[in-house]
Amino acid sequence: MADVIKKATRESYGEALAELSEKYSDLIVLDADLAAATKTGIFKKACPERFFDCGIAEANMMGIAAGIASTGKKVFASSFAMFAAGRAFEIVRNSIGYPHLNVKIGATHAGISVGEDGATHQCNEDIALMRTIPGMTVICPADDVEAKAAVAAALEFNGPVYMRFGRLAVPVFNDKDTYKFELGKGVQLKDGSDVTIIATGLMVNEALIAADMLAADGINARVINIHTIKPLDKEIVCKAARETGVIVTAEEHSVIGGLGSAVADAVTECCPVPVIKVGVNDVFGHSGPAVQLLKEFGLSAENIAEKAKAAVALKK
Amino acid sequence: MDATIRKQLEATACKVRMGVIEGVFNAKSGHPGGSLSICDLLTYLYFAKLNVDPKNPKMPERDRLVLSKGHCAPALYSVLAERGFFDKSELKSLRHIGAMLQGHPDMKGTPGVDMSTGSLGQGISAACGMALSGKISNESYKVYAVLGDGEIEEGQVWEAAMFAAHNKLDNLVAVVDNNGLQIDGKITDVCSPMPITDKFEAFGWHVITMNAHDFDDIERAFDEAEKINGKPVAIVQTSTKGKGVSFMENQVGWHGTAPNAEQYEQAMKELNETLKGLEG
Repeated sequence: MADVIKKATRESYGEALAELSEKYSDLIVLDADLAAATKTGIFKKACPERFFDCGIAEANMMGIAAGIASTGKKVFASSFAMFAAGRAFEIVRNSIGYPHLNVKIGATHAGISVGEDGATHQCNEDIALMRTIPGMTVICPADDVEAKAAVAAALEFNGPVYMRFGRLAVPVFNDKDTYKFELGKGVQLKDGSDVTIIATGLMVNEALIAADMLAADGINARVINIHTIKPLDKEIVCKAARETGVIVTAEEHSVIGGLGSAVADAVTECCPVPVIKVGVNDVFGHSGPAVQLLKEFGLSAENIAEKAKAAVALKK
Repeated sequence: MDATIRKQLEATACKVRMGVIEGVFNAKSGHPGGSLSICDLLTYLYFAKLNVDPKNPKMPERDRLVLSKGHCAPALYSVLAERGFFDKSELKSLRHIGAMLQGHPDMKGTPGVDMSTGSLGQGISAACGMALSGKISNESYKVYAVLGDGEIEEGQVWEAAMFAAHNKLDNLVAVVDNNGLQIDGKITDVCSPMPITDKFEAFGWHVITMNAHDFDDIERAFDEAEKINGKPVAIVQTSTKGKGVSFMENQVGWHGTAPNAEQYEQAMKELNETLKGLEG
């Protein structure tokens, strides 16, 4: 078997911007002194005249993006998730969200897998922050193929979109020849009847591994990839609740306000079933290699499988 | 400036002030003080300067105005109504449920409003974005931003100031309304942003000072701004908060308070007398 190809979704993001620069001749990309890390530098190299570095001033960058969008051009504003969603939250809300301007926010280095930089840069709150803004679309792609397709879809879509990318190279499991991204649509990757694992971002691949582990123990787990956290595909979530009776969510984000909360919100309205959340348990991270941190914070296939067994036990 | 034109502008500004009082009185809330200090500025811009078309408010080549001090929306709404963007009767339902005119400017709902503002410090960034966009595609429109002197205490203003100078946005003019007062008192007592002119100069802007209530001086300042190449322009206007209504002038208490019925009558009486004097 060939080795699994791994790639960070931030890399996919930068490449997608450069690839789409010809199709969208009015596309402007902004960054806040992180072009080398967010990978918007790839776009900068391809289209230096349409790239603007705003310096270390994320609040202003979001306002600049709003002003550009108001004149009809397409614009991406990029920084780390911590600064794009965190520091600039109120500007995103009032200058982009309230007037519903066509700004795309490309936020990289989301979650604990930022690694060595530690807690100040490990943003586990961005999904929660962004999904509270009315009219904001929130996307968290799982791999290279999905990330590139999501960038293209976001550019086609008219309205504010928050896109979450990672620093860590993660397995590419989608097939680029057959993959089709549908905004707002969950993707069932594996059918199952005992429990449903609903995952986003780099936890989707872990969910697939967890399903294999569970199969070995005789548990038939359904796996759903939610790349669009808002608007949430309630249909696929509620169907899973009805058909499997228990849900485990998995995300590289706080258990407060992220995918797990969105799923819980949905099922309490359509089909209340237990929802067990795998995520960062209301704590700050710390420095260390990303892969080790993911394990330490329970963001692993093993922990998903364990929680899935606990979920199944609740049915008895 | 031609004396007839000046008198016309003065009369229009007086009507704009009456609209401010009408709106804030009917809303029973709002910000009359800082609205009254920018009425002459907005009258000059909308009646003598901006390339705008009330019948086509989204005209792509229009000049843009961003009211970064968004709480002074009553002045913007009044001047837009006076210029024909919408009916003046809208002013009476300012801040009411279901009304078009929100407490702070809403670009989606109000014709002529180029940017939603209200959270201080944000409008200037959006204005920079509009100016940059114009530069990118070689458009001839200009962008005007109006800031409060208290507002420039927001750090984002200086992020934007850095950006505008770095990108040589000479299609951008930011007017700072230096009326000297903010909610908690004198700007020099609260957390002084002075000296304003030196700060903008240090950030690489061309700075012009102007008397906010003298149309000859306003024209001189904007004529000078027109000639500047390679730099954004900051016009620091010395103004009187509450200008035009005797009991509101230079009173910090009128920052965010609506007049009662008696005060409304008094204010309208004064403004009517001023108008009669100008039109008589």
